Amino acid sequence: MNEIPGTTFLLNVVFAVSLLATVGGAIIAVLSQRIIRGVCGLALCFIGLAGVYYFLHAPFLALMQILIYVGAVCITIIFAVMLAEPDEAVSDQSSASSKVWAALALIACVALGWGVASLALGGSWTVPAQPLANDGSLRAMGIALLTTYSMAFEVISLVLLVAVLGALAVAHGGRVRS
Amino acid sequence: MNNPTFYDRPAAYLILAAALLAIGILGFVRRRTLIGMLISGEVIFAAASVNFMALNRFYSPDPVAGQVVVLFIMGLAAAEVAVGLSIIIAVYRNYRSIRSKDVSEMNG
Repeated sequence: MNEIPGTTFLLNVVFAVSLLATVGGAIIAVLSQRIIRGVCGLALCFIGLAGVYYFLHAPFLALMQILIYVGAVCITIIFAVMLAEPDEAVSDQSSASSKVWAALALIACVALGWGVASLALGGSWTVPAQPLANDGSLRAMGIALLTTYSMAFEVISLVLLVAVLGALAVAHGGRVRS
Repeated sequence: MNNPTFYDRPAAYLILAAALLAIGILGFVRRRTLIGMLISGEVIFAAASVNFMALNRFYSPDPVAGQVVVLFIMGLAAAEVAVGLSIIIAVYRNYRSIRSKDVSEMNG
Protein backbone atom coordinates (compact mmCIF):
# COMPACT_ATOMS: atom_id res chain seq x y z
CA MET A 1 0.00 0.00 0.00
CA ASN A 2 2.88 2.35 0.79
CA GLU A 3 4.52 3.27 -2.47
CA ILE A 4 5.26 6.77 -1.30
CA PRO A 5 7.07 6.96 2.05
CA GLY A 6 5.10 8.73 4.73
CA THR A 7 1.69 7.98 3.26
CA THR A 8 0.53 6.30 6.45
CA PHE A 9 1.66 9.23 8.55
CA LEU A 10 -0.10 11.65 6.23
CA LEU A 11 -3.32 9.62 6.36
CA ASN A 12 -3.10 9.53 10.14
CA VAL A 13 -2.73 13.29 10.22
CA VAL A 14 -5.74 13.78 7.93
CA PHE A 15 -7.77 11.39 10.05
CA ALA A 16 -6.80 13.21 13.25
CA VAL A 17 -7.81 16.52 11.65
CA SER A 18 -11.19 15.02 10.75
CA LEU A 19 -11.70 13.73 14.28
CA LEU A 20 -10.70 17.09 15.77
CA ALA A 21 -13.02 18.98 13.43
CA THR A 22 -15.90 16.66 14.30
CA VAL A 23 -15.51 16.80 18.08
CA GLY A 24 -14.52 20.47 18.18
CA GLY A 25 -17.38 21.47 15.91
CA ALA A 26 -19.82 19.52 18.05
CA ILE A 27 -18.56 21.21 21.20
CA ILE A 28 -18.87 24.64 19.55
CA ALA A 29 -22.35 23.75 18.32
CA VAL A 30 -23.47 22.76 21.78
CA LEU A 31 -21.77 25.26 24.08
CA SER A 32 -21.51 28.56 22.19
CA GLN A 33 -23.48 31.48 23.54
CA ARG A 34 -24.80 32.74 20.21
CA ILE A 35 -26.84 30.36 18.12
CA ILE A 36 -25.33 31.44 14.81
CA ARG A 37 -21.89 30.35 16.03
CA GLY A 38 -23.47 27.09 17.05
CA VAL A 39 -24.70 26.60 13.50
CA CYS A 40 -21.21 27.26 12.15
CA GLY A 41 -19.83 24.73 14.63
CA LEU A 42 -22.43 22.26 13.41
CA ALA A 43 -21.28 22.80 9.82
CA LEU A 44 -17.65 22.22 10.90
CA CYS A 45 -18.72 19.06 12.72
CA PHE A 46 -20.47 17.73 9.61
CA ILE A 47 -17.50 18.50 7.35
CA GLY A 48 -15.25 16.58 9.73
CA LEU A 49 -17.78 13.79 9.76
CA ALA A 50 -17.60 13.63 5.97
CA GLY A 51 -13.87 13.00 6.31
CA VAL A 52 -14.56 10.24 8.83
CA TYR A 53 -17.01 8.64 6.39
CA TYR A 54 -14.33 8.75 3.72
CA PHE A 55 -12.02 6.79 5.99
CA LEU A 56 -14.85 4.31 6.57
CA HIS A 57 -14.83 3.43 2.83
CA ALA A 58 -18.00 5.37 2.04
CA PRO A 59 -17.12 8.29 -0.25
CA PHE A 60 -20.71 8.56 -1.46
CA LEU A 61 -21.87 9.11 2.11
CA ALA A 62 -19.19 11.77 2.58
CA LEU A 63 -20.57 13.58 -0.47
CA MET A 64 -24.14 13.23 0.75
CA GLN A 65 -23.12 14.41 4.22
CA ILE A 66 -21.78 17.67 2.85
CA LEU A 67 -24.62 18.06 0.35
CA ILE A 68 -27.51 17.37 2.72
CA TYR A 69 -26.26 18.49 6.11
CA VAL A 70 -23.97 21.41 5.33
CA GLY A 71 -25.84 22.49 2.21
CA ALA A 72 -29.42 22.01 3.31
CA VAL A 73 -29.82 21.47 7.04
CA CYS A 74 -27.42 24.18 8.21
CA ILE A 75 -28.80 26.69 5.70
CA THR A 76 -32.35 25.93 6.84
CA ILE A 77 -31.36 26.44 10.47
CA ILE A 78 -29.72 29.75 9.52
CA PHE A 79 -32.99 30.81 7.88
CA ALA A 80 -34.85 29.99 11.09
CA VAL A 81 -32.24 31.92 13.10
CA MET A 82 -32.87 34.94 10.89
CA LEU A 83 -36.67 34.63 11.22
CA ALA A 84 -36.68 34.18 14.98
CA GLU A 85 -34.36 35.71 17.58
CA PRO A 86 -32.89 32.74 19.32
CA ASP A 87 -30.02 34.25 21.30
CA GLU A 88 -29.95 33.02 24.84
CA ALA A 89 -30.19 35.59 27.60
CA VAL A 90 -27.02 35.99 29.61
CA SER A 91 -28.79 36.96 32.80
CA ASP A 92 -30.16 33.60 33.84
CA GLN A 93 -26.76 31.99 33.37
CA SER A 94 -25.08 33.53 36.39
CA SER A 95 -26.88 32.17 39.43
CA ALA A 96 -25.14 29.62 41.59
CA SER A 97 -27.77 26.90 41.29
CA SER A 98 -27.62 26.99 37.50
CA LYS A 99 -23.85 26.49 37.71
CA VAL A 100 -24.39 23.49 39.95
CA TRP A 101 -26.89 22.05 37.49
CA ALA A 102 -24.48 22.70 34.60
CA ALA A 103 -21.71 20.86 36.44
CA LEU A 104 -24.09 17.99 37.22
CA ALA A 105 -25.15 17.76 33.58
CA LEU A 106 -21.51 17.79 32.48
CA ILE A 107 -20.60 15.00 34.90
CA ALA A 108 -23.61 12.93 33.87
CA CYS A 109 -22.84 13.32 30.17
CA VAL A 110 -19.15 12.48 30.63
CA ALA A 111 -20.21 9.37 32.57
CA LEU A 112 -22.65 8.49 29.81
CA GLY A 113 -20.05 8.89 27.09
CA TRP A 114 -17.52 6.88 29.09
CA GLY A 115 -20.06 4.12 29.69
CA VAL A 116 -21.14 3.91 26.06
CA ALA A 117 -17.52 3.93 24.87
CA SER A 118 -16.48 1.19 27.28
CA LEU A 119 -19.54 -0.87 26.33
CA ALA A 120 -18.73 -0.49 22.64
CA LEU A 121 -15.05 -1.29 23.11
CA GLY A 122 -15.67 -4.21 25.45
CA GLY A 123 -18.33 -5.82 23.28
CA SER A 124 -17.53 -9.20 21.79
CA TRP A 125 -17.83 -8.23 18.16
CA THR A 126 -16.94 -10.94 15.67
CA VAL A 127 -15.13 -10.12 12.49
CA PRO A 128 -16.89 -11.88 9.59
CA ALA A 129 -14.80 -14.66 8.14
CA GLN A 130 -16.74 -15.22 4.95
CA PRO A 131 -16.11 -13.03 1.92
CA LEU A 132 -18.08 -9.84 1.71
CA ALA A 133 -21.43 -9.91 -0.04
CA ASN A 134 -20.52 -7.03 -2.38
CA ASP A 135 -17.88 -4.38 -2.82
CA GLY A 136 -19.80 -1.56 -1.16
CA SER A 137 -19.65 0.62 -4.25
CA LEU A 138 -22.29 3.08 -5.35
CA ARG A 139 -23.58 0.57 -7.89
CA ALA A 140 -24.03 -2.12 -5.24
CA MET A 141 -25.77 0.42 -3.04
CA GLY A 142 -28.19 1.38 -5.79
CA ILE A 143 -29.00 -2.27 -6.43
CA ALA A 144 -29.58 -2.85 -2.70
CA LEU A 145 -31.78 0.25 -2.44
CA LEU A 146 -34.03 -0.95 -5.24
CA THR A 147 -34.16 -4.63 -4.27
CA THR A 148 -33.53 -5.43 -0.60
CA TYR A 149 -34.50 -2.06 0.83
CA SER A 150 -37.14 -1.03 -1.68
CA MET A 151 -39.92 -0.99 0.92
CA ALA A 152 -37.94 1.24 3.28
CA PHE A 153 -37.02 3.42 0.30
CA GLU A 154 -40.68 3.94 -0.58
CA VAL A 155 -41.63 4.59 3.04
CA ILE A 156 -38.92 7.20 3.49
CA SER A 157 -40.02 8.97 0.32
CA LEU A 158 -43.52 9.06 1.82
CA VAL A 159 -42.08 10.41 5.09
CA LEU A 160 -40.28 13.19 3.23
CA LEU A 161 -43.44 14.08 1.28
CA VAL A 162 -45.53 14.23 4.46
CA ALA A 163 -42.80 16.24 6.22
CA VAL A 164 -42.75 18.85 3.45
CA LEU A 165 -46.55 19.10 3.41
CA GLY A 166 -46.67 19.27 7.21
CA ALA A 167 -43.99 21.94 7.36
CA LEU A 168 -45.89 24.04 4.82
CA ALA A 169 -49.17 23.54 6.67
CA VAL A 170 -47.75 24.39 10.11
CA ALA A 171 -45.86 27.49 8.96
CA HIS A 172 -48.78 28.71 6.85
CA GLY A 173 -51.31 28.12 9.65
CA GLY A 174 -49.23 30.21 12.01
CA ARG A 175 -49.19 33.03 9.48
CA VAL A 176 -52.98 33.00 9.07
CA ARG A 177 -53.64 33.04 12.80
CA SER A 178 -51.52 36.00 13.77
CA MET B 1 -6.55 -5.85 14.98
CA ASN B 2 -2.79 -5.30 15.07
CA ASN B 3 -2.90 -2.76 12.33
CA PRO B 4 -0.34 0.01 12.73
CA THR B 5 -2.59 2.63 11.15
CA PHE B 6 -4.74 4.70 13.42
CA TYR B 7 -7.71 4.95 11.06
CA ASP B 8 -8.12 1.24 10.40
CA ARG B 9 -9.12 0.36 13.93
CA PRO B 10 -12.75 0.46 15.07
CA ALA B 11 -11.91 1.88 18.50
CA ALA B 12 -11.38 5.42 17.19
CA TYR B 13 -14.78 5.44 15.49
CA LEU B 14 -16.63 3.91 18.44
CA ILE B 15 -15.10 6.41 20.88
CA LEU B 16 -15.97 9.24 18.45
CA ALA B 17 -19.58 8.06 18.36
CA ALA B 18 -19.78 7.88 22.16
CA ALA B 19 -18.25 11.36 22.48
CA LEU B 20 -20.70 12.81 19.96
CA LEU B 21 -23.61 11.20 21.82
CA ALA B 22 -22.45 12.64 25.15
CA ILE B 23 -21.89 16.11 23.64
CA GLY B 24 -25.29 16.05 21.97
CA ILE B 25 -27.12 15.02 25.13
CA LEU B 26 -25.24 17.66 27.12
CA GLY B 27 -26.39 20.29 24.65
CA PHE B 28 -29.92 18.94 24.65
CA VAL B 29 -30.04 19.35 28.43
CA ARG B 30 -28.27 22.72 28.60
CA ARG B 31 -29.75 24.63 25.67
CA ARG B 32 -32.58 26.98 26.52
CA THR B 33 -33.88 27.70 23.04
CA LEU B 34 -35.68 25.38 20.67
CA ILE B 35 -33.19 25.91 17.82
CA GLY B 36 -30.31 25.04 20.13
CA MET B 37 -32.05 21.83 21.11
CA LEU B 38 -32.59 21.03 17.43
CA ILE B 39 -28.85 21.51 16.74
CA SER B 40 -28.00 19.19 19.63
CA GLY B 41 -30.41 16.64 18.18
CA GLU B 42 -28.49 16.78 14.92
CA VAL B 43 -25.28 15.97 16.81
CA ILE B 44 -27.00 12.94 18.35
CA PHE B 45 -28.10 11.82 14.86
CA ALA B 46 -24.47 12.14 13.73
CA ALA B 47 -23.38 9.92 16.62
CA ALA B 48 -25.86 7.24 15.56
CA SER B 49 -24.65 7.46 11.96
CA VAL B 50 -21.00 7.08 12.92
CA ASN B 51 -21.83 4.08 15.06
CA PHE B 52 -23.74 2.39 12.24
CA MET B 53 -20.97 3.06 9.74
CA ALA B 54 -18.17 1.89 12.06
CA LEU B 55 -19.85 -1.38 12.99
CA ASN B 56 -20.79 -1.95 9.36
CA ARG B 57 -17.29 -1.27 8.09
CA PHE B 58 -15.49 -3.55 10.52
CA TYR B 59 -17.93 -6.25 11.60
CA SER B 60 -20.55 -6.73 8.90
CA PRO B 61 -20.36 -9.08 5.92
CA ASP B 62 -22.51 -6.69 3.86
CA PRO B 63 -20.77 -3.34 3.22
CA VAL B 64 -23.90 -1.79 1.75
CA ALA B 65 -26.29 -2.17 4.70
CA GLY B 66 -24.71 0.48 6.90
CA GLN B 67 -24.50 2.99 4.08
CA VAL B 68 -28.19 2.49 3.29
CA VAL B 69 -29.11 2.89 6.95
CA VAL B 70 -27.08 6.11 7.19
CA LEU B 71 -28.78 7.41 4.06
CA PHE B 72 -32.15 6.73 5.69
CA ILE B 73 -30.98 8.51 8.85
CA MET B 74 -30.02 11.50 6.70
CA GLY B 75 -33.48 11.53 5.12
CA LEU B 76 -35.19 11.29 8.50
CA ALA B 77 -32.97 14.04 9.93
CA ALA B 78 -33.83 16.31 6.99
CA ALA B 79 -37.54 15.67 7.53
CA GLU B 80 -37.14 16.28 11.25
CA VAL B 81 -35.38 19.58 10.66
CA ALA B 82 -38.03 20.74 8.18
CA VAL B 83 -40.93 19.96 10.50
CA GLY B 84 -39.13 21.14 13.62
CA LEU B 85 -38.14 24.49 12.13
CA SER B 86 -41.64 25.14 10.82
CA ILE B 87 -42.99 24.39 14.31
CA ILE B 88 -40.38 26.76 15.77
CA ILE B 89 -41.42 29.50 13.34
CA ALA B 90 -45.08 28.98 14.24
CA VAL B 91 -44.23 29.08 17.96
CA TYR B 92 -42.26 32.29 17.44
CA ARG B 93 -45.21 33.88 15.65
CA ASN B 94 -47.57 33.08 18.50
CA TYR B 95 -45.31 33.59 21.54
CA ARG B 96 -42.72 36.11 20.23
CA SER B 97 -40.07 33.87 21.80
CA ILE B 98 -38.53 30.47 21.19
CA ARG B 99 -37.07 29.95 24.64
CA SER B 100 -38.25 26.62 25.91
CA LYS B 101 -39.20 28.19 29.27
CA ASP B 102 -41.75 30.50 27.68
CA VAL B 103 -43.60 27.82 25.75
CA SER B 104 -45.33 26.39 28.79
CA GLU B 105 -49.04 26.86 28.17
CA MET B 106 -49.78 23.20 28.80
CA ASN B 107 -47.60 23.10 31.91
CA GLY B 108 -49.73 21.79 34.76
